[in-house]
Amino acid sequence: MHEVDMTKCLVLSMQEWRQQHDPVTPQVQTVHLQVGTFTCVEPDQLVTTWRAAVRGSWLDGAELAIETVPLVGRCVLCNGTYSPDPQQAYRSPCCNQPMEEIVSGRELRIRSVDYRLPEPASPSATTAPQAPLATAAAV
Amino acid sequence: MHMPLEDTLGLNLLAANQHQAEHNREHFDAWQLLCLNVMSSPGAGKTSLLERSLAALATDLQMAVLEGDMTTQLDAERLEAVGVPVVPITTGRACHLDAAMVSGGLKLLKQRLDPASLDLLWVENVGNLVCPAEFEVGEHRKVALLSVTEGDDKPLKYPVMFREAHCVLITKTDLLPYLPVDIARIEAHIRAVNPRCAVIRVSASSGEGLAAWHGWVRDQQAAVCGPFARATSPTLVTA
Repeated sequence: MHEVDMTKCLVLSMQEWRQQHDPVTPQVQTVHLQVGTFTCVEPDQLVTTWRAAVRGSWLDGAELAIETVPLVGRCVLCNGTYSPDPQQAYRSPCCNQPMEEIVSGRELRIRSVDYRLPEPASPSATTAPQAPLATAAAV
Repeated sequence: MHMPLEDTLGLNLLAANQHQAEHNREHFDAWQLLCLNVMSSPGAGKTSLLERSLAALATDLQMAVLEGDMTTQLDAERLEAVGVPVVPITTGRACHLDAAMVSGGLKLLKQRLDPASLDLLWVENVGNLVCPAEFEVGEHRKVALLSVTEGDDKPLKYPVMFREAHCVLITKTDLLPYLPVDIARIEAHIRAVNPRCAVIRVSASSGEGLAAWHGWVRDQQAAVCGPFARATSPTLVTA
C-alpha cells in the first residue's frame, strides 16, 4: 500500500505550494493530477488514502481529480507511436522492436489546483464576499 | 478579485521527495562520491552480493553503506562484519527508502566519518519491486537485482523497476542447473522494457560475473567522480 507514502509526499508537495501564499492559507477545492499507467500508482487507492490523509488538515475537503495517461511508446525503427502491451513484452507491433522510447505513461504530475484565497477579516463587514475560484495551472 | 495563474505547478506528485533527493545528490557531488541505489524483491540476494562486492572493491575504493530494512538490523550486521561502515535505516511500516530517510542516514554516517573521504556510498533499499522504483533518494545510478528463482516474467510484471535501472544483475546463476528457467528469456524480458541498461549475470556464491559487475561499478565511479579514486582510508570522526 505505497499509495499511503505517495499521498504523504503529495501532501508535502502541496505544503510547498501553499508557502507561496503565506501567511494566508488557500482553500483548495480540487487537486488535478496526471498519473501515467506506467507508474506504480493505483489511482483509486490514491483517492482513498488522500481523503484519509487530509481530514482535519488545511486540505480537508479538497478532492483529487486524476487524469489517467496511457502508456505510449515510439518505435525506434519507424518512429511510429504505439500502445505497448505487456503480453507482447511491450514490443512495437509495427517493427517488433523493444520499448526504447516512452512518449507518455510515466507522469506523476500535479497539473493544477482549484483554490480560493480567503478574504482578510474586516471589522466593518460582517459577511465577506467569497473570493472567486482560481486555478493555478501548469504551463 | 483577480487571481493570477501561477507557473510553479506542473510539479511532480513526489516533488517534496524529489527536492530532498536533489539536495542529497548535491552533497554526494560535493563529496565527490558515487551513490548507488540497490533494489530488488526480498531474497534476491542484495546483501549476499554486497558482502562479496564490499570485500572485493575495498582494495581500491573507500565505501560506506546505508542499509534499509523494515525491521531488524540483521543485514546491517552482516555487512558491518565485512569491515565497511554501515548505517542501518529501519523504515518501520514504509516499504521503501525515501530521500528524507537517506538524509537522516547521512547525518548518522557523518558522526562516524567524513563523507568526503568516501568514493562510493551504497544504499541497500528495502526488498520490494514496486515502490523503490518511484522514490529517488539522490542516487547517481539505480541497480536492480533479479534472481533466477523469481521467474522470467518479473521484468514484464514489474516493468517500472527494470525500466528505471541503469544496471540489472541476474543473480544466483549457480542455481541454473537445478531450475526449469531460461536465462535468455529473463534477459530478453529485461531488454524488452529497458533496451539500454547493462545486464550482468552474477552469482555471489560461485563468483560468476562478479568481475564484470565490479568493472561496471568502477566505471560508474570514475564517470561520476573522475578517474582517480582516492587511496586514503576514511577519515574517522573522533568524538
